[in-house]
Amino acid sequence: MAPSLPEPLKWKFLEKMLFIRRFEEAVVKLANAGQFRGHYHLYIGQEATGVAAISALGPDDHLATTHRNHGHVLARGADPGAALAEILGRSGGLNGGRGGTIHLCDPTLGFLSTSGVVGGCISLAVGGGYACRQRRDRTLTMALFGDGALEEGVSFEALNIASLWRLPVVFLCENNSAGAMGVAGGGYPTLVHASADLLLIPQSVGIKTVRVNGSDAAAVYEAATGAVERCRSGQGPVFIEAMTPRWAGSNPLWPELATGITDLRMATGEIACEGPHKDWYEKHDPVLRLARELAASAADARGNIHKIDDAIERTLAAATRFALESPLPAPASALRHVFVEAS
Amino acid sequence: MSAKKQSYAAALVEALHDALAEDPRVSIVGGYVLGLGPQRKLTDRLKDDFPDRVLDPPTSEAGSAALGAGAAMAGMRPFVDLGTASFTYLAWSPITNEAAVAHYMSGGRVRAPVTYHMLHGVRGGGAPQHSQSPQAMLWNAPGLEIALPSSAADAYGLVRTALASPNPTMVVSHAKLLGIETAVPARKSPIPFGRADIKRAGRDATVVATSLMVHYCLMAAEALAGEGIEIEVVDPRTLTPLDEESILDSVSRTGRLLVVDECPLRGGIASEIAAMVAERGFRFLKAPITRLTRPDTPVPYSLPLEEFVTPDPAKIRAAMRQLLVA
Repeated sequence: MAPSLPEPLKWKFLEKMLFIRRFEEAVVKLANAGQFRGHYHLYIGQEATGVAAISALGPDDHLATTHRNHGHVLARGADPGAALAEILGRSGGLNGGRGGTIHLCDPTLGFLSTSGVVGGCISLAVGGGYACRQRRDRTLTMALFGDGALEEGVSFEALNIASLWRLPVVFLCENNSAGAMGVAGGGYPTLVHASADLLLIPQSVGIKTVRVNGSDAAAVYEAATGAVERCRSGQGPVFIEAMTPRWAGSNPLWPELATGITDLRMATGEIACEGPHKDWYEKHDPVLRLARELAASAADARGNIHKIDDAIERTLAAATRFALESPLPAPASALRHVFVEAS
Repeated sequence: MSAKKQSYAAALVEALHDALAEDPRVSIVGGYVLGLGPQRKLTDRLKDDFPDRVLDPPTSEAGSAALGAGAAMAGMRPFVDLGTASFTYLAWSPITNEAAVAHYMSGGRVRAPVTYHMLHGVRGGGAPQHSQSPQAMLWNAPGLEIALPSSAADAYGLVRTALASPNPTMVVSHAKLLGIETAVPARKSPIPFGRADIKRAGRDATVVATSLMVHYCLMAAEALAGEGIEIEVVDPRTLTPLDEESILDSVSRTGRLLVVDECPLRGGIASEIAAMVAERGFRFLKAPITRLTRPDTPVPYSLPLEEFVTPDPAKIRAAMRQLLVA
C-alpha cells in the first residue's frame, strides 16, 4: 500500500516545499542580476525529500548537509533573510558572509559544519552520530548528500565505522542523477560510479537500506521516520536512497530556471501542463505533485494553495529586502574567527 | 635536589586519564596512542578505567579524523589518535579542510574542538613512509593550533590544554620522545599555548627547536659549555600560537640565531621562524640566521643514509660553532 500523509502534514509540507521553491527562484534572479559571485547549487526538484526527511527529526538531532544545502537549511527553519544575505555575502548572513551559498550553516538548528567537500558530509555526520551515542541521549544525526558523495573514499570509511559502532546516523542519499546529461552532454559533472546500485555499498558493510521515490513526500517521510526510530532504539544506522529525476535546470554547468517560475495553476487545474517539460510538471515536480493532490482534496483547497503562495511571496520579499540592505562585511573583519575569540 | 622524573609516554597517558576523569565529553578514538613500542602497555589503564570512552577504530585515518571533527562540532571533545604522522596525509581533508575551517566558514558559529595526536619523525628504519613530520604543512593551514611537546611536563600540560581548547588542535609527538624521562613538578598542570620555554639559558647564541630536536640541541649545548660557550635553547612548544616575543627577546640578548628542525628545509618551520626574526628582529642580529633541517629529501631506510639526512647533536654542535664565528 502506498504511504499517505495525514492532511495537516500535507499542508505543512506543501508550505515548506513551496517556500524552498520560491526561495530558489529568487536566488536565480539574484544570480542573474549579478548580486553574488561563484557557483551555486539549487534544490529545485528535491523539495519533497528534504522537507519530509527533516520533518522526521527531533529538535535536538544533528544534521549535516552539502553544497546543495539551501533546501535543507530552510526546511529546518533557518531565517530566510539571513540565508539569502549569506548567499549574497552580506554581514547579516547566517555566517557573516564567510561561507556563502555552499556553506550555509545554522548550528543552533543542529547543523554541523556545512561542507562543500563531496564526501565531507557523510564523514562529519558519522562524528555527529558518535557524539549522540557517547551522550546516550537518544539523539541522532542525519546526513543529507548527493550520489556523488559515494565516489569519495572517506564515505566508505565513515559507513564502515558507523556500522561497526552502531552509530545513530540516518544517511539520506539524494540520488538526483537520473536523467542527468553529464559532462559529455555539455552539463554538470554527475554520478560517476561503477556500481549501478548504490545501495550495495552500505549493504556491503551491513547497513540497513531503503530506496524511495524522492518526489513522493509521503514515501520519504515513512522511510525517514522508520530510520529515525531505528536509530533512537540503538539498532544502528540506516541508509535511504531517495531517487529524484534530475531537474532540467541543474543540468547545465550553471543553474537556470529551465522549467520557468513555478505556476501553481498547473496543479490546481487552472492551466494545462505544456511545453518541453510537460512530463516534469505532470509526474515529477514534487511541489506540483503535492499541490495537485491537495487541490483535489477539498472545495476550498485551490484558494488555500494560492493563499499560501501569496504569504510566501510577502515573506520572501521582506527576506530579499533584508539581504539586499544588509551591508557587505568590513574588509578587515576577514581576520576574525580563525580561532574562537576569548569571551 | 632530586626532582621526580617521568617518561613522556607516562605523562601523556596521565594527561588523558585526568581529562577523561574530569570531562565527560572527552573520549579517545585510537587504540594505539603510544604506537606499538614498549610504552603501549601504559594505555591499558585508560581502557580499564574508561571502557566506553576508549574506542579502537578500523584503519581509517580520514574516517576517524572526520568523525572527530563531526563529534566536536556536535559538542564533544574527542582525542583522535592518527598513529604514525605519515598517515595523517590520508586525513588531510577532514583536518585542514573541515576542522580547521569550520569556525571561520560559519562566521564564528561552529566550533570543532577536536584534538588530533600523531607520532612524527625519524624513528629509525622507518623509511620514507613512516618517518614524516607533517607539522610544517599543518602550520600552513590556518585554524589549527599545533602543540609539539618535548618533555614529560610539556606533554602533560599541552595535552590538557588541547583537550580544553575550543579550537581544533594537533598534538605532535616524536616517536623517539616516548621513552625519554625528564623532570616533572610535584603537581603537573595545564600549560597555556603560545608560551615558549627557555629550556637552557645562555648568552652567546639562541637556538630555537621543537620536539625531539630540543633534546639534541641541549646535548650539543652541554658539549659546548665545556668550552665556555653558552647556548640558549628556546622551545616554542606551540607553533600556533607562536610566542614570537620570547624568541625575539632571546635573540635581542644573544644576537645570533640557529633554528633546528626535522622538517625539510623549504617552506619549513625553520624557514618561517627565520623569516619572522629577520622581519622583526633584524636589528638584533650580529650574524646571518642559520637553519639546520632535514634536506629536501624523503627519509631513506638504510642507516648511513638516514643519519646523513637527520639533524643530530654533532651536526647541531657544528652549526653552533659556525654561527659563533660568523
